[in-house]
Amino acid sequence: MIAFLWKGIMRDRSRSLFPILIVTTGVMLTVFIHAYIHGAITMLIQTTAHFNTGHVRVMTKAYAKEADQIPNDLALLGTDTLLSSLRKQFPELAWTPRIRFGGLLDVPDDRGETRAQSPVFGFAADMLNGNSPEWNVLNIKNSVVRGAAPSKRGDILIADDLAAKLHVAPGETVTLIVSTMNGSMSVKNFTVSGTVRFGISAMDRGTIIADLADIQSAMDMENGSGEILGFFRDDVYHAEQANDMSIMFNAQHEHSASEFAPVMGTLRTQSGMADYLDLIDAYSGIIIGIFVVAMSIVLWNTGLTGSLRRYGEIGVRIAIGEEKGHVYRSMLVESVFTGFIGSAFGTLLGLAIAYYVQEHGINIGDMMKNSSILMSNVIRARITPFTFVIGFLPGLLATLLGTAVSGIGIFKRETAQLFKELET
Amino acid sequence: METSDSIIIQTEKLEKIYPLGPAEIKALDNVTLSIAKGEFLGLVGPSGSGKTTLLNIIGSLDAPSSGSAAVLGRRIELLTHKESSRLRNEHIGFIFQTFNLLPVYTVYENVEFPLLLQGIPSAQRRTMVMQALEWVGLAERASSKPAQLSGGQSQRVAIARAIVKRPEIVLADEPTANLDAANSHNIMKTMVDLNKELKTTFIFATHDEKVISYLNRKITLFDGRIEKDEITGTAR
Repeated sequence: MIAFLWKGIMRDRSRSLFPILIVTTGVMLTVFIHAYIHGAITMLIQTTAHFNTGHVRVMTKAYAKEADQIPNDLALLGTDTLLSSLRKQFPELAWTPRIRFGGLLDVPDDRGETRAQSPVFGFAADMLNGNSPEWNVLNIKNSVVRGAAPSKRGDILIADDLAAKLHVAPGETVTLIVSTMNGSMSVKNFTVSGTVRFGISAMDRGTIIADLADIQSAMDMENGSGEILGFFRDDVYHAEQANDMSIMFNAQHEHSASEFAPVMGTLRTQSGMADYLDLIDAYSGIIIGIFVVAMSIVLWNTGLTGSLRRYGEIGVRIAIGEEKGHVYRSMLVESVFTGFIGSAFGTLLGLAIAYYVQEHGINIGDMMKNSSILMSNVIRARITPFTFVIGFLPGLLATLLGTAVSGIGIFKRETAQLFKELET
Repeated sequence: METSDSIIIQTEKLEKIYPLGPAEIKALDNVTLSIAKGEFLGLVGPSGSGKTTLLNIIGSLDAPSSGSAAVLGRRIELLTHKESSRLRNEHIGFIFQTFNLLPVYTVYENVEFPLLLQGIPSAQRRTMVMQALEWVGLAERASSKPAQLSGGQSQRVAIARAIVKRPEIVLADEPTANLDAANSHNIMKTMVDLNKELKTTFIFATHDEKVISYLNRKITLFDGRIEKDEITGTAR
C-alpha cells in the first residue's frame, strides 16, 4: 500500500512537485528574510558599539549626563589607573580609551595659507599600541583606501570622501584646530598617513582618526580620555552580562559625591538605544511574524486545495472499501512527506542565499547617502541556530495543518452521496 | 430476519426518509424484497424513484431510516463505518457511470487497488489482476494509463476493478450512460459472462433499455415503492 501511494505521489505532480515547490519557496523566503533582518539589526548594534558606545562605556557621571554633546571638559582623568583596574576586574572584555571630538581641518598650500578647510568629527584611538583592540574594533587595516595606517606619532587618517573634497593625498600635512578640555584653542599639524572608508555614510563624509596620545597632547588631556570602551572578546553584545557588570561597577562608585566619579553604561542604556533596540526587535518580530503567518496560510491553502482536488479519487477509495481513517492518515503522511521535503529544500536554499549575503552583503549605500545613522552601507545576513528552524517548522506544520483541516471533510462526507458525487 | 442459503440480500419494510427543510422526502417506502445469489437484476424506474437510494443501502453506503436490510447476513442498519467499509471491501464491487479510474495509476494498478486494501500478497495479486483483465479483454493494456483508453475500455477496467476480488455482489449505477450503443452491448455481454462464470450477483440501477434487455429480473420502482417485480428471462 505504501508503494502504491508512493507511485501516486511521484506521478502526480500536483501532489508532489507543485506543493514541494510552494513549500520550498515559502520556507526559503522566510529563512532568508529572517537572516537578513537579523543581520541588519546585529550590524546596527555592532556599528553603534564600535563607533559610539562600546558594549559598555565608562565615563564620568557628568560626562554621561551629556554624552551626546561629547563634553570633553568633563572627561576622565587618570585613565591609566582606571584602565588597569577595569582590565583586572573585567578581563572578559577588551578595554580601550577613546576621545571623540569635533574640530576644523585646515589644508595649507605651499605658502602655508589655507587651501581648503572643513569641519570634522574625530576619533582619538590607541593605534600605536600593537595590542590595542582598536585595530579590530575600527577595522582600520581593512578600511584604508590609500596610503597606510598610522605608524608613528603625528600620523592621521582621514575619510576618503573628505580627502577627495579637500584634495588631500597621503603624505601631505594638515592642521587640526580643536578646543582643549579647558576651553582654549589648540592647533596641531598632522601628516596624512592614509585615507579610509568605513562604508558608513555618516562617517565617510567627514571623519578623521588620530592617535590617542596626539589628541591628548593637543587637547591638554594628559592621561585623560572622554570615555573608556569595553568590548566582549567575541564581539557579540551580551546584554545580561553587560548589565550585571555595570551594576557591579556602579555600586562601587555610587557613594562618591564627585561628578567626576566613573560610571558604567551599557550599549542598551546609552543614547536611547534601549528604546531603539526594543522598537527594532518589535518591528522585526512583527515583520517576520507576519511573513511566517502569511506563508503558513499559503501552505495551508496548498494543503486544502490539494485535498479538494482529489475529492473524486478519495470518494472512489471510500466506495471501494478503504476506511476513512486510512484515507485520512495516508493524506497526512503525504503532507508530511511534501512538507518535509519542501521545508528541507527551502531551508537549504534560504541558508545558501543567506550565507552568500552574509559573506558578500547587499550595498544600500545609495539609500544611506544623507543618513546620520551609524550603520554600515553593506547589510549582511546573519545565520544563527534559529535560522535553521524559523522556516522549517512552519513549512512542515502548516502543510500538515492544511491537510488535516481539509481532511476532516472526509469524515463528514456522506457516503450515501458518493454515487451522485462521482457521476459529476 | 432469517436468510436462506441462496438469498444474499433481503430487505424488510425498508424506508428511507430525507429531510428537505421543514418537509421530508420519502425516498424508499416499505420496500421488501429478496435477492438470490447469481441474479442479474435491475432496479428500474424514472429519476427520483429510489433506485440509487436502494443501491446505496445494499452497498452499505447508506443506512435505512426504518425497516431492515440484510446483505450477506449482515444487518446494514447496525454496521459501524468500519464494518461497512470491510463489507464493501471484501464482498461488494462498484461500477460507476463515469468509470472513476484513478488517473495517475496504470490499468493494472487501478485493478490491483482493492486487493491492496485486503492485504493480499503480491504474487497472488498479480494472478488475480491479470485474470480479471483477461475476463474483460484488456490484459494487453495492463500498463496503459486511463487517459489512453476509450470510454468502453475504461468501463471494462472499472468492471475488472469491481470483480477482481471476486465479490458476491456487484452494484452498477447507470454503467452504460456514457457509452455508445456498441460499447454498451459489449459491456453488458462482458457482465453477463462474468455473472455466469463467477456466479456474481449483479444489481443495476438504470433506465437504459439496452441494459434492461439483458436483465433476468426487473424491479420497477416508482415514488420509492416497488411497483413491479418481474422475471424477464435468462440473461443472454
